[in-house]
Amino acid sequence: MMDRQQAREIAGNGLWRQNAGLVQILGLCPVLVISSNIVNGVSLGLATSLVMLVSGAAVAALRQFVPNELRSPIFILIIAALVTVVDLMLNAYVHGLYLVLGIFIPLITTNCIVLARAEAFASRNGVAQSALDGLMMGLGLTGVLAVLGALRELIGHGTLLSGIDLVFGAAAADWVIHVIPAEAHYQFLLAILPPGAFFGLAFLIAGKSALDRRAARRVAGPEVMAGSTTVGRG
Amino acid sequence: MKHAAANSVRGALTLLVFALVFTALMSGTWWLTRDIVARNEQASRVALLAQVLPAFDNDLLADAIVLPAADAARVGGERVYPARRNGRVVAFAIEATAPDGYSGAIRLLVGVDRDGRVRGVRVIAHKETPGLGDYIDAAKSTWSDQFDGKSLDRPAASAWAVKKDGGAFDYMAGATVSPRAVVKAMKRALELVREQQAQWIATKEQQ
Repeated sequence: MMDRQQAREIAGNGLWRQNAGLVQILGLCPVLVISSNIVNGVSLGLATSLVMLVSGAAVAALRQFVPNELRSPIFILIIAALVTVVDLMLNAYVHGLYLVLGIFIPLITTNCIVLARAEAFASRNGVAQSALDGLMMGLGLTGVLAVLGALRELIGHGTLLSGIDLVFGAAAADWVIHVIPAEAHYQFLLAILPPGAFFGLAFLIAGKSALDRRAARRVAGPEVMAGSTTVGRG
Repeated sequence: MKHAAANSVRGALTLLVFALVFTALMSGTWWLTRDIVARNEQASRVALLAQVLPAFDNDLLADAIVLPAADAARVGGERVYPARRNGRVVAFAIEATAPDGYSGAIRLLVGVDRDGRVRGVRVIAHKETPGLGDYIDAAKSTWSDQFDGKSLDRPAASAWAVKKDGGAFDYMAGATVSPRAVVKAMKRALELVREQQAQWIATKEQQ
């Protein structure tokens, strides 16, 4: 089993240090498509987290039976099967939620972050650690999707939380925040269409790098950081 | 050499076992959830149909009329759902498609009562530009409510167009292609209902 220290390490990696959207830059296809508002972004993020939790645990539990050279096909098989099972279960037992999330679930199979964590983490660690890692990676991605969705929605339409009534029923229609009054018919199409997702993500990545560098400078003192200014990834 | 052959056989067998186990897992889940999923999907289809129909007491999905190929091609839909109450047909919900949307086909569900008046229209699927042409969707704006109570006589058949084209229906500036397509598709659907409804009513009221 894992101790507290290890759990905190895994959570920190998933949520911030190795964030799937901002640092590993994996699984961008669904990220860019879905992040046009907060509600869609968070919905896809939570569905992905659920799949990653289950797939992490399954891969970790079965890893001793998987020959090294057959890792990839077997992990893909496990993930695709689990996505199908989650899809069917949601459709059967929480149909209201499925109507909202349903179109996103097949997108999860195309998200390479799931396979990447199976390969990089779950194939080398215990069941509990791998489940936690999957969940935290998924939640880290959810955070990015929420912020990016908020940004695009705010700049594109002047609203926040639009579409919340699709998740919580018609009563929730009042929860939509109109930062710019609806009567003004404000819109900035670039932010809503796919290019807006690229611009938004670029600003978020730059913002995280800036925060990290400031934190590092504070720890190390200015003289150490003077020589290393790039934070690039190969 | 022998060793390598044994290795690949073992690999193939491992893969086979995994494939079998996970296929069994998927089939098992599908089999367990099949009935519930089918019930859920029927319930949500009926709920959608009910949005464009008056109160009814028949099984809409079982009573559906499959359109002959020529009619189906004309309106771009496959089925008509007659709504009955106490044995009498009160309205129809007809599937229709506007093939000339701004970025692809717009699928519609049009509810029409016995007198040819529109009971409601819902956009079921579309690919119009978010924030621009998507106001045709009842989830985004009240635009589609303006059709309620309209028929081929009121406004006159020639006025079944958006105001920009000299017709009777509102549109939003800068996005006329989507509403124009919807209005045309609805007109085609209403025409088909007017021509065929006597026959549909006859077959459904005999039962």
